[in-house]
Amino acid sequence: MKYELVSGFETHIELSTKTKIFCGCTTQFGGEPNTHCCPVCIGLPGTLPVLNREVVRFAIRAGLAVHGKIAEIAKMDRKNYCYPDLAKAYQISQLYAPLIIGGHIELSNGRKIRLHHIHIEEDAGKLIHRHGDTYVDYNRGGVPLIEIVSEPDIRSIDEAKEYVERLQQVMRWVGISDCKMQEGSMRCDVNISVRPQGTEAFGTRTEIKNMNSIANIARAMEYEYDRQVDLIESGGKVIQETLRFDDATGTTSSMRSKEDAHDYRYFRDPDLVTINIPREEVDELRAQMPELPADKLERYTEEYQIPEKDAALLTKYRRISEYFDEAIEGVKSPKTVSNFIIGQIFRRVETESDKEVFNVATSPQQLNELVKLLDSGKIRNNLAKSTLEKMLDSGKKATDFISESDMGGVDENTLLALCKAAVEGNLKAVEDYKNGKQKAIKALVGNVMKNSRGKADAMAAEAKIKKLIEEM
Amino acid sequence: MGYIAKIHNMLAQKEISCAELTKEYLNRIESDNAALKAYVCVTADEALKTAEAVDKKIAAGEEIGLLEGVPMSLKDNMSTKGISTTCCSKILTGYKPIYDATVWELLKAQNAVMLGKTNMDEFAMGSSCETSYYGGAANPFNTNHVSGGSSGGAASAVSGNLAAYSLGSDTGGSIRQPASFCGVVGLKPTYGAVSRYGLIAYASSLDQIGPVAKTVEDAAIVFDAISKPDKRDSTCLGAKGGDTFSQLGNDIKGMKIGIAREYLDGVRDDVKEAVLAASEVYKSLGAEIVYFDLPVIKYALPVYYIIACAEASSNLGRYDGIRYGYKTEHYNGTHDMICRTRSEGFGEEVKRRILLGTYVLSAGYYDAYYKKATDLRGTIIRAFNDAFASCDVILAPTVPMTAFEKGHAVSDPIETYLTDICTVPVNIAGLPGVSVPCGFNSKGMPIGMQLIGRSFGEAQILNAAYHYQQAAPENFKDTKWGVKL
Repeated sequence: MKYELVSGFETHIELSTKTKIFCGCTTQFGGEPNTHCCPVCIGLPGTLPVLNREVVRFAIRAGLAVHGKIAEIAKMDRKNYCYPDLAKAYQISQLYAPLIIGGHIELSNGRKIRLHHIHIEEDAGKLIHRHGDTYVDYNRGGVPLIEIVSEPDIRSIDEAKEYVERLQQVMRWVGISDCKMQEGSMRCDVNISVRPQGTEAFGTRTEIKNMNSIANIARAMEYEYDRQVDLIESGGKVIQETLRFDDATGTTSSMRSKEDAHDYRYFRDPDLVTINIPREEVDELRAQMPELPADKLERYTEEYQIPEKDAALLTKYRRISEYFDEAIEGVKSPKTVSNFIIGQIFRRVETESDKEVFNVATSPQQLNELVKLLDSGKIRNNLAKSTLEKMLDSGKKATDFISESDMGGVDENTLLALCKAAVEGNLKAVEDYKNGKQKAIKALVGNVMKNSRGKADAMAAEAKIKKLIEEM
Repeated sequence: MGYIAKIHNMLAQKEISCAELTKEYLNRIESDNAALKAYVCVTADEALKTAEAVDKKIAAGEEIGLLEGVPMSLKDNMSTKGISTTCCSKILTGYKPIYDATVWELLKAQNAVMLGKTNMDEFAMGSSCETSYYGGAANPFNTNHVSGGSSGGAASAVSGNLAAYSLGSDTGGSIRQPASFCGVVGLKPTYGAVSRYGLIAYASSLDQIGPVAKTVEDAAIVFDAISKPDKRDSTCLGAKGGDTFSQLGNDIKGMKIGIAREYLDGVRDDVKEAVLAASEVYKSLGAEIVYFDLPVIKYALPVYYIIACAEASSNLGRYDGIRYGYKTEHYNGTHDMICRTRSEGFGEEVKRRILLGTYVLSAGYYDAYYKKATDLRGTIIRAFNDAFASCDVILAPTVPMTAFEKGHAVSDPIETYLTDICTVPVNIAGLPGVSVPCGFNSKGMPIGMQLIGRSFGEAQILNAAYHYQQAAPENFKDTKWGVKL
């Protein structure tokens, strides 16, 4: 029997507000242990939390980015559990009235992964085990988080990977988090179950906690899918339990069963007042939202006829798409700009983090000027390409490398002379072409381009050369 | 004239220096505290340092504020920087906070002279002060009797003249009940009038700091000083309706004073008689007495114990021996350390309430208990709102009885819970209430009455209390203890 995978995600994302959710301490990652702390975030007796409104605004932006409904009234609840890294023995979170309701993430296959809700909460500190002793660092305690809870709409490991990538992309895009899984600013709990292909009822699910890379999510899901299928095939039953993934062995193991599940004794936090979210505030934030990657992708492919694969590369990071948008201002063919960016500029920003920052020597305006020279026919593609390399090396503008005499192309007579010279001087290539080796023509055109210092119109040259050969 | 004004005049007119006055209080604390156990920590050095600063100002001819140089005390659940703050619990042994509570910041800025921290029921859980890790405070009218609680030390200190005034906290009656038992004035302000920042939480939605004082004027002055909005407490708006002190003495002719029949049910005869006698005093002052029914207050006690214990079970989770306070000596791993620390560090009453609170919030019981209690809380709030449509102030007993003998509360926790029956409705509804002495029983123990006001109606109830105090001064009796001004 074939089994279908069913999965839903709970994703924690650290918000990059300057200060913590309930006090004025910095949210900066790292730092000497217990130096980013105050009486409030280490929960000293008598202290009270005061909600950082910026956290609400960041979360609203997250909600708008995934087309969620922004609640008019939200409340904070206490999630009680005892662990040394949780200074108050409760985490201030939202259960009964979260900030964002619904929303979705659309995948490239057209499927929409629905979101149940997004809520805000505080992060806990960290335990450090050293020399057989355990220490606590509360620097991370009180750093604001959003938790994005999806519906169980994911049906394959590829969809799961894309879901996480899309979330990461859009949350970075709207500037609410750096979503660095390796630093823990984005973490996923994966709920997974299997059911016979074609059936409706959900199987019993397990939850894999705290996944910190997309690669491991895929490994863990693969393992867990196989384990559940094997279990069912061999007549066993999946037990609802919480699992941890072991990176070294690539296997999952039980943390706790349903019976041992925490009873968090949620209740409204009496120290915090109801959060009112006026529609004016939402409208203001909506107006400030950048064009979202999915919308850009659609615009690039439909309006500019850019291949989807290229459009995806241009919209992977907001800075690249903004660079592109600025560089295409008034040009004839945005596709040309796209080719320059993907073909040449990308070679200089190889890593993902470089691409995200997209710090290149040539400004989008400079690229725009270069492309406009090309559009006007003043220079040819080859010259433009080589010029761009020089621009990227130096940060200088196109006209610093192209003299007046380089512009203006090659007149008919000169072109004809250059073509004749190319044909006569490369009889071997001519012979090859005659024998059906189409590519040989390129060498002849190349010769013309070289001798015209890139100024000749390659298409016109090719046509002339073909004609000359025919006439031979 | 109130004690604060009296001391202020003595200081300003240089009849006594602030240092001399402070020393006198410290001396009396040294001699009388053994019997009264009002203080659990005396801060002589800090007190004298402030006193000297005040004396310098006076010597330099500078004007001093009303509270400046006046010796006072704080309940041991208010955070004081560098000064032991234990909630009278073993689990906070040795804890010296690194920050000041807002109320203390406000008073410190006015050069209030803090003599020390006062005794209380452990984590403010109790009605006799006897759950204190240090043993309960005694009643200055008869030291075989309890001071009441939980702010027993505050009431005992003020009644015993070991402080001109004291700050207490009131979650279910913890200011008003000991004030009633010890024959002094105790004000529980409207929820949100006084900042809770730095008040070590028992039940966050009910806790409120307020003054315990010898006279209504003193209570009004202190309330005015501490009822400021605070950015560090989202639930704190500060007082509304101007300062209360300047409104004392406003005409109360035609004021409608309501008596809810249910408040008199089950109340001892001597207490009932004293309260009804007080209503006669009001009549003679030109107020109108109206009787009405408030049946929902019978739910107040169970609602209180569910909500308060639920919040407490969460608030007290942080005492784990890791960061501050008591830590068990012998343990095997973190989990064991936390279990042992809490088992050894908390007293019986605190454990009882943590267990109760944990239970009512548990999966499967939440709806039946906590949810139902919060729903009923809404009903009680609406019933009070309706009542205030037909009266301005509600008059009720503070406690159904007078101060009982020591040991009584420990033997019967349920009956002790009942002592809160008249005080808890005010906390549930978030209203202001002031307890005022209104007589004595046959054994000379003080009886208190309670004036309950509309939300942020402190000025009105204090004014009503002030008129009564002027009309019946014989009920404001001094005790033999402490400093005689």
